Amino acid sequence: MTTQASLIIEDPGLLTTVQDLGRWGAQHYGVSVSGAMDRVSLRLANRLVGNPEEFAGLEITMSGPKIRFNKNSQVAVSGAEFILRLDGYLVSSDTLLTVESGQILSFGERLNGARAYLAVAGGLDIEPVMGSRSTHLPSKRGGISGRSLRRGDELCVGDFRGESVRPCSTLKWGRRTFGGAKVRVIFGLQANWFLPEALDTLCAETYRVGTASDRMGYRMVGAPVHTCGSKELLSQAVSFGAVQVPPSGELIVSMADCQTTGGYPRIATVITADLYLLGQLGPGDWVEFLPCDRAMARKALCELEDLIAVRG
Amino acid sequence: MKADEVKWNIHQEGDSALVISFPESIDPITSAHCVALACKIRGCRLPWVRDVVEAYASVTVYIDPLAVDDSTAVEVVRSMASLPVTKSEEPRPLRLPVCYGGKYGPDLLEVSRYAQCSEHDVIRRHSSVMYRVYMLGFLPGFAYLGKVDQVIAIPRRKSPRLVVRAGSVGIAGQQTGVYPSQSPGGWQIIGRCPVRVIDWSKEKPFLLGVGATVSFDPISEDEYQQLQEGAT
Repeated sequence: MTTQASLIIEDPGLLTTVQDLGRWGAQHYGVSVSGAMDRVSLRLANRLVGNPEEFAGLEITMSGPKIRFNKNSQVAVSGAEFILRLDGYLVSSDTLLTVESGQILSFGERLNGARAYLAVAGGLDIEPVMGSRSTHLPSKRGGISGRSLRRGDELCVGDFRGESVRPCSTLKWGRRTFGGAKVRVIFGLQANWFLPEALDTLCAETYRVGTASDRMGYRMVGAPVHTCGSKELLSQAVSFGAVQVPPSGELIVSMADCQTTGGYPRIATVITADLYLLGQLGPGDWVEFLPCDRAMARKALCELEDLIAVRG
Repeated sequence: MKADEVKWNIHQEGDSALVISFPESIDPITSAHCVALACKIRGCRLPWVRDVVEAYASVTVYIDPLAVDDSTAVEVVRSMASLPVTKSEEPRPLRLPVCYGGKYGPDLLEVSRYAQCSEHDVIRRHSSVMYRVYMLGFLPGFAYLGKVDQVIAIPRRKSPRLVVRAGSVGIAGQQTGVYPSQSPGGWQIIGRCPVRVIDWSKEKPFLLGVGATVSFDPISEDEYQQLQEGAT
C-alpha cells in the first residue's frame, strides 16, 4: 500500500473515470455492473504493464487528460488512438511506456475511437465498493467519490508488479473503429412482439449514435422499429448490449452503466465479442446490426480471446 | 393452484444470459417463486454464474460464456428450476416511518385531486397496505413495492424532477418506493422516510431485498426530525 500519490490530474479532459471489469453480484439490489465500455482495451493495457486484466485503470472519453506522474511508473494506453506526448515528446499507444517521476503525459488530438484506457503497473489503488473500483456515475459510487476526475485529483498506485505481456500486433488494427462499427446481434426474447419487418429493418438500416448517449446507453438515430400492438412487459433484468425499444420505436442500446432492470421490449442483444466495438463509438458514429446465432457468437468470442492471449 | 404447479420457461438471451420466465403477473406467489429460484441458484455458487437477478416474474442468470457451454448451463438451471420450491422463511415485515405531505411530500395534494379524496385519506390508503418488494432497480437499493391501492395509483409526473431527495416516498401507478439516494425522478412524491434504506458503510448496505414485506407508519414532522437526528 502506497501513501504518496503517483498520478496527479493536471487536466481531466472531457470525461475521465476509474473503471475495471465491473461490479458483479449485486444486480438484484439494483447495483449496476458498470466497468469499462471497451473491456478488451482495458485488459490489453493492463497486460502491457504486467497487471492482472481486472485491475482498475482510467477510461478517457473523447478528449484526453494531462497527467503528471510523481513516481517512476510503467504505463500503457490502449483503445482509442490519441496523439500522446510525454513531456512534449511523441510516444505510442499499445506499448509499454516508462515514465519518470515529474513527467507529464498529455493526450492531444484524437485520431480514432472514443475511449482510451490508461493502465499503470500496480493498478489504481482505490478502495473498492462491493468488489469493484468502477465508477458508476448515476449512483455516484466507486472510483473517486463516484465522479469523473477533476483537476488536482491524486491517485495512488498499488505495489503489484508482474511481467509485461505485449499482445499480438494484429489485434491493434483489428479492433480500431473508424467512425462506426458493424456489430452482431442475437434476436431477443421479445423479438416476436415486433412487426415482421422490424427485424429486417434493424439489420438492413444504418443507424447513428445520437447525441443523447452516454455510459448508460446509446440512443440510436435511424429507422424506427415498431411492436405489434401495445403489449406491456413486466420489468426484468437488462444488461450491457441489450437493444431496447420504447414506444417511440427508437432503439436504445444499453451500455456499461445501464440500470439493472427495465420494462421496454428488447428486439436483440449485441454479442459479447462485439461489445468492445460499441464501447469505441461516440455521437454521430454509424452502427450496423448484423444477425447472428449463438454458435457464431461463441466462436467469435473464442477467436477474440485467442487473439488477446497471443503474445506479439 | 398449488404453488408447485406454476409454469415456467427457460430461454437464452444473447450469448451470456438465461432467463427463466413465469407467466406475467404481479402477485406474491409468482414473486416468491422467483425469489426461491434466484436464492437457490445463487446459493450453488457455480463458477460460471456471474449474477442472478429476480424481477416480477422472471429470473435472469448471467453466465460467463467462456466458462460453460450453452447446453450445460441450460440443463443445470433447468434442473434447479424443476426442483420443488422450498418455502423460504418469510422475513419479518419492516415498518418504515413516513412524514407525509408538506415540504416532504410536494405531490400529496396532486394525488388527493387525482383520487378525489382528502390528503388524509391518501395517507390512510397508502399506509394501510402491507407491500411486497417485487424487484430492485433504477438505482442501488431502489425497491419497487406493490401494490398500491387503485384509488391513489396516480401515474408518474409528466415531467420528472431533476432532484428528488433521498428518503422521498413516491407513487407511480400501483407501485410505491423510497428513493435510496438523491437523484432525478418522475414518481409522485407524497412524503419522506427518515430511515435510510441504503447505508454504504455497512457490510450489507441494503435494507430491502426482493421478497421483503414493508408497511409505512405516518409520523409528524417533529418525529421525523427526531428520527433523522437519531440516524446520523
